[in-house]
Amino acid sequence: MTNDAPLALHVPEPAVRPGGLPDFTNVRISTAGAVARPDVDADPESIRDLAYSIIRVLDRDGEAVGPWAGFLSDEELLEGLRHMMTLRAFDARMQMAQRQGKTSFYMQHMGEEAVSCAFRKALLPGDMNFPTYRQAGLLIVAGYPLVEMMCQIYSNEQDPLKGRQLPVLYSSKEHGFFSISGNLATQYIQAVGWAMASAIKNDTKIAIGWIGDGSTAESDFHAALVFASTYKAPVVLNIVNNQWAISTFQGIARGGSGTFAARGLGFGIPALRVDGNDYLAVYAVARWAVERARRNFGPTLIEHVTYRVGAHSSSDDPSAYRPRTESDTWPLGDPVIRLKNHLIVRGVWSEDRHKQAEAEVLDTVITAQKEAERHGTLHSGGKPSVRDMFEGVFAEMPPHLRRQRQQAGV
Amino acid sequence: MPRKTMIDAIRDAMDVMMGRDDTVVVFGEDVGYFGGVFRATQGLQAKYGKSRCFDTPISELGIVGAAVGMAAYGLRPCVEIQFADYIYPAYDQIVSEAARLRYRSNGQFTCPLVVRMPTGGGIFGGQTHSQSPEALFTHVSGLKTVVPSNPSDAKGLLIAAIEDPDPVIFLEPKRLYNGPFDGHHERPVTPWSKHELGEVPDGHYTVPLGKAAIRRQGAAVTVLAYGTMVYVAEAAAAETRVDAEIIDLRTLLPLDLEAIVASVRKTGRCMIVHEATLTSGFGAELSALVQEACFYHLEAPITRVAGWDTPYPHAQEWDYFPGPARVGRALLETIEP
Repeated sequence: MTNDAPLALHVPEPAVRPGGLPDFTNVRISTAGAVARPDVDADPESIRDLAYSIIRVLDRDGEAVGPWAGFLSDEELLEGLRHMMTLRAFDARMQMAQRQGKTSFYMQHMGEEAVSCAFRKALLPGDMNFPTYRQAGLLIVAGYPLVEMMCQIYSNEQDPLKGRQLPVLYSSKEHGFFSISGNLATQYIQAVGWAMASAIKNDTKIAIGWIGDGSTAESDFHAALVFASTYKAPVVLNIVNNQWAISTFQGIARGGSGTFAARGLGFGIPALRVDGNDYLAVYAVARWAVERARRNFGPTLIEHVTYRVGAHSSSDDPSAYRPRTESDTWPLGDPVIRLKNHLIVRGVWSEDRHKQAEAEVLDTVITAQKEAERHGTLHSGGKPSVRDMFEGVFAEMPPHLRRQRQQAGV
Repeated sequence: MPRKTMIDAIRDAMDVMMGRDDTVVVFGEDVGYFGGVFRATQGLQAKYGKSRCFDTPISELGIVGAAVGMAAYGLRPCVEIQFADYIYPAYDQIVSEAARLRYRSNGQFTCPLVVRMPTGGGIFGGQTHSQSPEALFTHVSGLKTVVPSNPSDAKGLLIAAIEDPDPVIFLEPKRLYNGPFDGHHERPVTPWSKHELGEVPDGHYTVPLGKAAIRRQGAAVTVLAYGTMVYVAEAAAAETRVDAEIIDLRTLLPLDLEAIVASVRKTGRCMIVHEATLTSGFGAELSALVQEACFYHLEAPITRVAGWDTPYPHAQEWDYFPGPARVGRALLETIEP
């Protein structure tokens, strides 16, 4: 017998639920410019504090400050702004197209545009991303045509994936974008394997893994970190912590760990947290980790601290599990507005030019949409052939599939 | 021609391929310095270097997941899972990733990957070293599944598997590693040096995937078997004096249906034998296919002999294992139902 009280199960809860006042006081935000920038060959042991702070460049006044500032020119930043605006406009149109029944499903990036758009700037041709479903910025920045993305979303006759994949599960080897599985976390370890292959072949290319806060709970995450650590794979492993895994707040996957980045410390992998809504900070951190991988110093784990403003997907309604106004109070703001304000402070941008750019971007997206819709949408117009359904399971079609194709009458 | 054990033949296949193609890499638990718990990779690290043959952490998910990424890069990984019983943590990587990569990316990315694993019982391995999970792979679209029954085939099939552009599950009946085993566990082991299928040609050759082999010509009944059961069926036929035609399937998927149908139409009877549990086993698929293609030629119900639908036991191994006595009784029932 014991005098202790009976055991009780601890189930973490978010600070606030629908009906309550949004509260992010538990999110500790570092001052912009305050976090040191170590050398890329730093011993992971010497930079453990980076797993608990947040690297930020843009301050409240829109100034770029501190040791992580100063890596991008005016032109590059203006281009970056346009990339994020394009992604946002693309999302708005495709979300609407889904509501209009032109496709079955859509997933938008609202609030997270800086993560994929800024990261992609730090890569070279030949590097390979293993993305999740919320990194379409990687494609837009790489110059993948919007029309092709839309044809994939519509599963139409020009769908580069022949109608085999759910909307937004793109694939473009040419643009350094690995086929998205749709199963969570599986591709984290594949990124490590790809990077190991590059090292085995004495190549110069690196791999980039992507995962969400919720999916870090999958075993694949741990396998990826073990392999990356053991073989010092030339890989950058990104965790996009957007606070919500569908309806489940990040505390359920994080458990007792202080941060997601801190998961890397036990593996001896340098772990950095970055303000995911700060285009300049994401780029600077990406550049640091990419250089580290490219120079064969091994893997880096990056936690992008951001917020999923929109629903998880077109099938989700966040008002059922979090306050409607929660996104308005997210302390790291909006990535597009922050970069816009910074460019205005730099004297190379204005509200008027921004409005004009919004109109131009929307026009570009609508033009692409019209072009894509000429090739059909999910339930009308041109479709991939039924014959395509049987192709590509194997390099060469085996007899049993040939028989089934005959039975199907195609 | 030199006679080799099945382990030596399998190692020879990897050696030949690593020598010919520097994209072939070999890794797994205990595979590198030590050469694997069954010694299938012995000497490969010393010969080809640590970046071509290496030890991994104990993570089947990690081994197969990393291999999928390597294959997508352009390598040809041939990985070892220490026992087929340990494959389950990697199952998602095989089913959702390796098997579908070509299809879902419309050929942009492919997965030329071989997953080798010792399978089957007969070594007092209990439930964690004796399973035969082949049906879990044949059920998945996008995978090929191979089960060799002798050294000569094992080498040729493994080379074909490594050269194949798609993922191949390569199940090695571990009780056959050192010699053909007919289920008579009470008798001395016959080594491969005493068996003609222990003759393994030197150098490069392939046994094509999807082609069965007739191990015994016969007129009374067709026996469909693979792996260890080929020898059990041979023993059962000899002991019952049933003139069985024994087909060694070698590859379960793609399946050599043509060879099966030709034989069953000739004999008018069919018996299926496998070590794996009966229910939803690969025998169920074979039975359905034979029934569909040979119904009007069948003179008796198709019979199946398989492992019982229990976990693989330890002490009761020889009551569980479908040995020659059980297979023989079933043979007699198939010809005189």
